[in-house]
Amino acid sequence: MELKYIGLNEINGPLVALDNVSGIGYDEMAELRLADGTKRLGRVVEVSENRAVLQVFEGTKGLSLVNTTTRFEGKPMELPLSKEMLGRIFSGAGKPIDGLGDIYAEKYADINGRPLNPVSREYPRNYINTGISSIDALMTLIRGQKLPIFSGSGLSHNKLAVQIVRQAKIADENGQDFAIVFGAMGVKNDVADYFKRSFEETGSLQRVAMFLNMSNDPIIERILTPRCALTLAEYLAFELNMHILVILTDMTAYAEALREFSSSKGEIPARKGYPGYLYSDLASLYERAGVVKGSGGSVTQIPILTMPNDDITHPVPDLTGYITEGQIVLDRDLDQRGVYPAVSVLPSLSRLMKDGIGEGYTREDHQTCANQLFAAYARVSDARSLASVIGEEELSSADKSYLRFGELFEKHFIDQGFDTNRSVEETLDLGWLLLSTLPEQELDRVDSDHLKKYYDPQRAAEFFGLN
Amino acid sequence: MDKIYSINGPIVKVRNTKSFSMTEMVFVGNKRLISEVIGVTSEVTTIQVYEGTTGLMPGEPVVGTGAPMSALLGPGIITNIFDGIERPLRALNELTGAFIGDGAEVSALDTERKFAVTLSVKPGDRLAPGEVYCTCPETPVVTHKCMLSPLSEPGEIVWTAGDGEYTVNDTVARLRTDSGKEVGLTLCQKWPIRTPRPSKERLPIDRPLVTGQRVIDTIAPIAKGGTAAIPGGFGTGKTMTQHQLAKWCDADIIVYIGCGERGNEMTQVLEEFSELIDPRTGRPLTDRTVLIANTSNMPVAAREASIYTGITLAEYYRDMGYHIAIMADSTSRWAEALRELSGRLEEMPAEEGFPAYLPSRISEFYERAGYVRTLGGSEGSVSIIGAVSPQGSDFSEPVTQNTKRFVRCFWALDKSLAYARHYPAINWTTSYSEYTDDLAGYFKANVAPDFMEVRQKIANILVEENKLMEIVKLMGADVLPDDQKMLIETARVVRVGFLQQNAYHKDDTYVPLQKQYSMMKLILRFYEHSQDALSKGISVAAIMAGGWCDKLIKIKYDIPNDKPEMFDTYAQDMDNDFSALTGGAAVGA
Repeated sequence: MELKYIGLNEINGPLVALDNVSGIGYDEMAELRLADGTKRLGRVVEVSENRAVLQVFEGTKGLSLVNTTTRFEGKPMELPLSKEMLGRIFSGAGKPIDGLGDIYAEKYADINGRPLNPVSREYPRNYINTGISSIDALMTLIRGQKLPIFSGSGLSHNKLAVQIVRQAKIADENGQDFAIVFGAMGVKNDVADYFKRSFEETGSLQRVAMFLNMSNDPIIERILTPRCALTLAEYLAFELNMHILVILTDMTAYAEALREFSSSKGEIPARKGYPGYLYSDLASLYERAGVVKGSGGSVTQIPILTMPNDDITHPVPDLTGYITEGQIVLDRDLDQRGVYPAVSVLPSLSRLMKDGIGEGYTREDHQTCANQLFAAYARVSDARSLASVIGEEELSSADKSYLRFGELFEKHFIDQGFDTNRSVEETLDLGWLLLSTLPEQELDRVDSDHLKKYYDPQRAAEFFGLN
Repeated sequence: MDKIYSINGPIVKVRNTKSFSMTEMVFVGNKRLISEVIGVTSEVTTIQVYEGTTGLMPGEPVVGTGAPMSALLGPGIITNIFDGIERPLRALNELTGAFIGDGAEVSALDTERKFAVTLSVKPGDRLAPGEVYCTCPETPVVTHKCMLSPLSEPGEIVWTAGDGEYTVNDTVARLRTDSGKEVGLTLCQKWPIRTPRPSKERLPIDRPLVTGQRVIDTIAPIAKGGTAAIPGGFGTGKTMTQHQLAKWCDADIIVYIGCGERGNEMTQVLEEFSELIDPRTGRPLTDRTVLIANTSNMPVAAREASIYTGITLAEYYRDMGYHIAIMADSTSRWAEALRELSGRLEEMPAEEGFPAYLPSRISEFYERAGYVRTLGGSEGSVSIIGAVSPQGSDFSEPVTQNTKRFVRCFWALDKSLAYARHYPAINWTTSYSEYTDDLAGYFKANVAPDFMEVRQKIANILVEENKLMEIVKLMGADVLPDDQKMLIETARVVRVGFLQQNAYHKDDTYVPLQKQYSMMKLILRFYEHSQDALSKGISVAAIMAGGWCDKLIKIKYDIPNDKPEMFDTYAQDMDNDFSALTGGAAVGA
């Protein structure tokens, strides 16, 4: 017998409460049918012997205490899964919105996923060649990694994500399938369009599944969007052995939705009003990247977040950085100077890089070259701040050479443009050329063998047209 | 039977029951989820569930176990990987597949595996709590000693099974306690995780935990039985430093607690440690390591428990007379788990939403470290090294501040050092160790009589440089007099050649104390030579042209750990070069 409950006992923001109900499980889904026949989805967020609190994904607009009928589904939210979902467009709650009909499911899966046993994980080691020098050389993306882009409003993070998708050689030598799962949380319609158009132009639309929650869609649905996207990604990767790249944008909008939901539940806020469980909640998304033993596929995540007021210590980028395996930080100052991609090299990092580069992966000198580039570029900022105080003329010759290095590095290495696709060899050679503009004794991270092999000031001077 | 009344995330409430006691372990729901009682009033019993509560319904049964949350202690712990409540993850993997399921009951220890047991008592022997009644090789480097539980009464052995192969649950001896009860002794025992295991007495702390990391061993050393905190924002290398310590520190056993951190990091530890060979034993590092993994997406309540599970395992091995080092990465996640649970319980928050009892919980944890005489009479120690992840990289936040109050070693990781890829990014000016004086005796006796002075001289150079850099930042280095320019150059050698250490270089990843000392000596020799040369009118440029700075920076690579005699050659060469430079006799360093 199927029980339906008529009416509600309380409505508060996105939450509704029903009294005198029984047999309801925590986290269970429910369907609310309004008097006009429209349906909404809800999830049980708190339950006691005779009261259940539901969060309504499409919002509570138009709901009254008497005009709804609620039916509980007896199970948590499940997403129908199929390979046919590639090339399709879904709402933030996983419903097809491209007018091509329903999905014929091969399987249903709980969108919350399950924690992956660390014993079953395979340590990610294969790098993804993105063709972007700053990323490939200094913060190499590894298959199975979660590497977010920390950006700000108005910076070119979307363009960068598109370039990565276009250039990334994700399919490995065996020609294994790869696909992209795109989750948009609270993005503007034209941003979603931009991604769609770009996927079309690169001819990969048939390999993309898009989950779209626009900025004018209900915020509560936003909490489902990344979960739906990752559930599909896990299915494709670990059951169909595909390499999946998941792009999630914008995580800040997601976290704000969570905050709104939390405050309407009356929870005690932690920092900046975000709930105390923001870390656990973000982790339950980001940790769904990786490689599983015995399966050929992988889930790589590139979440994009905009730092409010460009503040990297804001809770969302801060907690994200603690969970993800590195970050790519974009810099407004570089962007204003017309540098694209405006990657801020020093705070950017890839934690998995050290095991996925070097001999057998990229090139044996990769680590040395990257270390020295980082160290040298760190000195550039010292030299620049000194120059701004005492003037460039007064600098020592070493500091002057750092200033020159900084300019060349930004101009030739970072600023490579949207259409340039460099191989790892090209990138590393360029790195060594740049280092060769510095006096030899400044290269303190390089051992003598590498110096002999790659340090060539003459060639560098010719290449960059120095006197 | 008691039934669930309400469910909110990991918190379950039961109404109108008196059947449960505080911190009792209970099974919740039809799936028998492992849980613990955390609050009891006459009306409501509050329970935290260590597994996912999705699908749990009010009305499902709650069953008590009558015992507090305990860890099962016995052979088979080392080399294993457990979750926060001591469920073996390898066994879970076979039971529920790659993704962890709920309500899976697995014994913490392998009940099938047989150990070659040697009895160390015979009928008629007296046995007191903490005393060993049998031993067995657990791994090639760890001999497991089964001790009478500290909870037990003393008594007399009435029967033994004789040496042979036994599983953890086999009875190997019988004890008649002084009150006349006869109990069987197996290879394992239980211990409530929130209670510190007792010891006879605390001993003074005077031996270093040698880590082979120069900035730690010389600038801010930690003692065996000591506590240290590693605070640092993301990307500054907390985990990397913890891994380095877990690999190379001279403890007998490492307990590595991955508390709310990344899954891939645990996998990395599993893989890397099985490949790395411990130089002291010639065996893989896994043979002395036990891992506790509660990754950030595993249930938050178990994260709170993981810290206690880890320290209980450590204390158990300490009682056998071993030196244990605990790596807790990260204690901030544990504190956040406390905050999350506290929020769900609707407790009154103190600072930043953290519960008011945060400081007392942190101090309770760190106080379980120490160098002790065990009940069995041997010496053992537990050292705790906890990573702290300050929110927004702000060291004034509650977890960092409270941790700072209860640890005696503070290794502050610095963002600007990390940005410049100076690793380990431990800031030498803000870091400190209160153990330095306690350990002076050991360093003098075992490394060199003047170790402390040499260490102090190096530290002074760094302090002096710090002061001078203020001037340099404003006016450039050119305004400095020659001796100060030389000091800055020497400080650079100390920073790049000594403090900075390459974890991926076969020699540099672990450096013995003796080599650390020789490196400092050689750098100081250079400094003294150069000051002497300056006083004889030689210019800084001429001294620098000698190339000794670059040579000194590379000694960490160029002098292998097993060729200390090369330092003498270097010293000789340096003396010759400088006497050639000054045209006079070499000064003795």
